[in-house]
Amino acid sequence: MALLEVHNLTVDFNLGVESLRAVDDVSFTLEPGEALGIVGESGSGKTVTALSIMRLLDPAARITSGQIWFDGQDLVTRDESAMESIRGRRIGMVFQEPMTSLNPGYTVGEQVAEVYRHHLHFSHAEARRSTIEMFERVKLPGAREMFNKYPHEFSGGMRQRVTIAAALACGPSLLIADEPTTAVDVTIQAQILSLLGQLQQDLSLALLFISHDLAVVSELCTRAAVLYGAQLLEVGSTDTIFTAPRHPYTAGLIGSIPQRGQPLEGIGGTIFDLRSPPPGCRFHPRCAYAQPRCGRDVPSLSRSSASSPAEKGHAYACHYPLSAMRK
Amino acid sequence: MIRYTLLRALQMIPTVLLVTVAVFVLIIIIPGDPVLSMLGYYADDVTAVPHEIYDRMFRELRLDRPIPIQYLYWLGDALQGDFGKSVVFRVPVIDVVVSRVPATLYLGTASLLIAIAVAVPFGVWAAVKNDTWVDHLASGFVLFGVAVPGFWFGMIVILVFAIYLGWLPSIGYVAPQEDFLRFLKHLIMPATVLGLDVAANILRFQRTDFLDQLHQDYVRTARAKGLPGQLVIWKHVLKNSLIATVTVVGLNTARLLGGSTVIETLFSYPGLSRLLIEAIYARDFPVIQAVVLWMVVLVVVVNFFVDLIYAYLNPRIRYATA
Repeated sequence: MALLEVHNLTVDFNLGVESLRAVDDVSFTLEPGEALGIVGESGSGKTVTALSIMRLLDPAARITSGQIWFDGQDLVTRDESAMESIRGRRIGMVFQEPMTSLNPGYTVGEQVAEVYRHHLHFSHAEARRSTIEMFERVKLPGAREMFNKYPHEFSGGMRQRVTIAAALACGPSLLIADEPTTAVDVTIQAQILSLLGQLQQDLSLALLFISHDLAVVSELCTRAAVLYGAQLLEVGSTDTIFTAPRHPYTAGLIGSIPQRGQPLEGIGGTIFDLRSPPPGCRFHPRCAYAQPRCGRDVPSLSRSSASSPAEKGHAYACHYPLSAMRK
Repeated sequence: MIRYTLLRALQMIPTVLLVTVAVFVLIIIIPGDPVLSMLGYYADDVTAVPHEIYDRMFRELRLDRPIPIQYLYWLGDALQGDFGKSVVFRVPVIDVVVSRVPATLYLGTASLLIAIAVAVPFGVWAAVKNDTWVDHLASGFVLFGVAVPGFWFGMIVILVFAIYLGWLPSIGYVAPQEDFLRFLKHLIMPATVLGLDVAANILRFQRTDFLDQLHQDYVRTARAKGLPGQLVIWKHVLKNSLIATVTVVGLNTARLLGGSTVIETLFSYPGLSRLLIEAIYARDFPVIQAVVLWMVVLVVVVNFFVDLIYAYLNPRIRYATA
């Protein structure tokens, strides 16, 4: 049984006079111990999807339909106190901005130790010991001395290690990482990614990794889901998506990854305004292969006809998918 | 933290010295002949005073010495608690001042406690329930507290609770060691009037700052760790939101412990401010000097404690200065 099953998730934002749909009928599953990458541009709905799972959406946002099955229960229907016992205990989350996601008023040790005290009812001494162990686990140099330091004494990379330690403290079965490396240097980014990969293996953790960077996702994740304008366009194993993308948008994303000695392709145009989505396929105004039908009919997510094991679970929403043999 | 505390404590010394210079100069710059003033003459008519008396006073006040020397003598005496003799009461100034300090301290502390007890929880509540009736009630309270003058509100309170209902005495003061219940009865009205005024000030900053902190990323992180909403509010958000509050509380503490002129006058409460007013009317300059010095030193000392609280609330401050 899948650890996480998101079914037809739809999230609407009420902006007073107008409203917009930030997540539109998105479905995916995540097996225990598996790493799934969610890729998309800014405003594609990836962060809103993650926050829906945590039920930490902005008050203006509302899950209008769909279910989020986690470990046999539908998180959409859980009340706040039930969610509090799931957050940090069963599902951990790491955020994008390490510089602001820690409380400047408390020591980094306290911000991890409180998770142990709250969820596992550890004493102060036990929580402190476990925190130091966790700091060692996330390879924070000099873990013992780090306990009483304040966030402002740390670099972005070290802070991100602290937030990872806090998220993993109680041994959750799912870790949601929302662009954890976007705000740090490239060298630090590589370290954080390899740390996440290693922790995922060691703790047999399911990882929901959110990124705008398909290259990063391909390194860390076995499967990837591509979001565009609040909708899911393509999902499948990272290998398949990378070598034989069927959706022109996915192919465009791959073309946008800089490669030495090759001109950058990129995708023309910009993402539409979510308040007034285009009719038909949402990508058609930017699509090089668009046909008249693309502007009329909304393509539904269809399974790949190929039956090889690598292609299993590969699905895409396109009327005129690219040939599987293209790359 | 120890280093920071010592550093801040040392920085108080030059400030206080500067203040003593200002207070001393106060007497010199006052128009008219100080000897005549202190003898109770209003016109600059030297002939009205017998020569020997004038000369004795002149030498007693060391007015024959250069001004810097006068200051050093004055400072030396002041450090030993000797501010001279009160012209009106004919007793050492220090005795007059010390007899008035407790009343003001009780009133100041009581109103400060009322202000904090009202403003901090109410401010937090208003911020958490942003744009609901609670928030609107808080805004109304702030508007009322800031706009309505204390003396008017004080008079209304006297009218209702002392005159119509007869529950509380309208004026005066009883020392707590004499009769604690009567002490409380005399304290409650002025303390509440003063406290609610200060509460409105504190609440305004507390609410705004808390609202601002609620939208910070660390709040979302704390909730993502599964901490209950109440713990996130009272532990994580409150500590960061208190910096602005502490500033306002500090400013008001110095004001309250120095005594509130209007309220002490209205309630005929024998505190320091009333003493100051009486001394000004009576041209009792040594008393004025001592009271003003007390008020200013209080500001310096309160600021010192405010700085220490800042450093506790925001660890970055400790390292920036040490």
